[in-house]
Amino acid sequence: MSVATTTQAPLKGFVGEVIEQLGGAVVDVQCCEDRRGYARIDPARTVEVAEKMLAMDGCRLATATGIEVRDGIDVMYHWAIEPAGVIVTLKVLAARPALAADSIANVVPGANWIEREMYDLLGANFRNHPDMRRLVLGDTWPEGVHPLRRDFDQIKDRPPLPPNQTPPDIPREG
Amino acid sequence: MSHKTVVNIGPFHPLQEEPECYSLYVDGETVVDVDVRISYNHRGIEKLNESKTFDQVPFVVERVCGICSASHPLAYIQAVEEIAHVEVPERALYLRTIVNELERLHSHLLWVGLAGHFLGYNTVFMWAWKYREPVMDILEIATGSRVNYANCKIGGVRRDITEEQLKEIERVCDETVGPTEMLTNAILDDPILHARLKGVGVLSTKDAKEFGAVGPTARGSGVPIDVRRDDPYAAYDRIDWDVCSVPDGDVFSKAVVRLLEYFEAVKIIKQCVKDIPKGEIDAKVEDIPPGEGIGHVEAPRGETFHYVRSDGSNRPIRHKIRAPSYVNVPTFKASCIGQKIPDVAITLASVDPCYSCTERMCVALDADTHKPVYSFKDLVRLSQEKTQRMLKEW
Repeated sequence: MSVATTTQAPLKGFVGEVIEQLGGAVVDVQCCEDRRGYARIDPARTVEVAEKMLAMDGCRLATATGIEVRDGIDVMYHWAIEPAGVIVTLKVLAARPALAADSIANVVPGANWIEREMYDLLGANFRNHPDMRRLVLGDTWPEGVHPLRRDFDQIKDRPPLPPNQTPPDIPREG
Repeated sequence: MSHKTVVNIGPFHPLQEEPECYSLYVDGETVVDVDVRISYNHRGIEKLNESKTFDQVPFVVERVCGICSASHPLAYIQAVEEIAHVEVPERALYLRTIVNELERLHSHLLWVGLAGHFLGYNTVFMWAWKYREPVMDILEIATGSRVNYANCKIGGVRRDITEEQLKEIERVCDETVGPTEMLTNAILDDPILHARLKGVGVLSTKDAKEFGAVGPTARGSGVPIDVRRDDPYAAYDRIDWDVCSVPDGDVFSKAVVRLLEYFEAVKIIKQCVKDIPKGEIDAKVEDIPPGEGIGHVEAPRGETFHYVRSDGSNRPIRHKIRAPSYVNVPTFKASCIGQKIPDVAITLASVDPCYSCTERMCVALDADTHKPVYSFKDLVRLSQEKTQRMLKEW
């Protein structure tokens, strides 16, 4: 899925109002329904948008999802707004080859862990993250190997065993 | 100059549903900083689900957590149903509600019991777990299993609950209300518990919002959010019930929220048993079109969040799972700092991590003497001794 293939959905209802408040930072609205909204935002204005979202009444960062797409890694911040029960997903593309995006963890503490997780599992690089250490993978996991990438091979890319440890006895099928 | 010590709670520790390591930086008895390291048991479920068919995934995700094993599959299924625009039969929605609320009953009783144990009130532990047992039994009657219910499927539920079973569910719920009321009053009126829990581990409303806290952790801090009311799923919008919220943010408030929610859950189950319509329980979904969907469910510990993307094949190409503890645990950065060590055990326990792991932990050794600084047993002992000391003083 790339930016160019999506179409602009008309803004309506509460979700439309929320997206409208973000102004020119929104470059594309992919979906605008009663309780769900999906929009793509300008990668240069990620932090500004995060500040605006957190300042809204009843808005919190539910989580973020990273997914590898053709042009890079799509980082999707899922913002939940209560009591309207709305989830607005704002997508930022960390484009190849740098796979870099601005970190929002300095303004939204709740984004700290999930950005570290996306670095571990997908290799997205977050600029200005306050505490970029490994979170999900072990400290001995090799650099540059990211299990949620499409080209990850479970056999070939298996990390080396720690010293003094023998491989487990895997029973053969049949 | 002050002497700072690191006290590790973890990586393997009965306070947590998965092994986690809390490094408490202490100055004397006071915690000055907390660092959390997670994922010692990373199972790669998100990666695994990319190789499972849409119908197989619920059986994997109910194993994310042994206590929230009704909430995770339901959140995933709702995400897929959002992609496929499925109209779920009315009876199935009620059946989903009943099983999810039964899960809340047993989970909250489990937490109350263990919170009692950490404070040195083992009577509370014995009582709460005694009344939890019949709830587990009716879950077995309703779904066939005490732990992994495999209740929901895409488009409905897997098996129906008969009239007799519904009556049994109502009878057991009624029976547990009396003892739980007694337990609640005993806890809420106890001056020692007030002294131990009030003003301890305070999470402010602002911190709760910034860290994105969910569930009883947020509702105990005056953030009245509840997915069941805000974005209704199953049959919650057809039923009369209230969201319980307390403004103070301390451990006591979180206990109050959970105890009050117990009675709301009983209220919901009884209405479901009364109002459940007859009819189909499965919409028989055939294809999942390309698209993306979000499902979120109010699990006993808070909102569990699932994002699913489909490319039109029979497998999800991405399935993101966010369990409630993932956003509740970082709040320790706000709630533990400034606490005394004996109060930290209960503050860590107050977000309700579950206790299924074996008790094993790292021990911090004093660099000079090579003797352990604090073991987990010591922490529980310190906490229990503090209660005993206060009991004597009163």
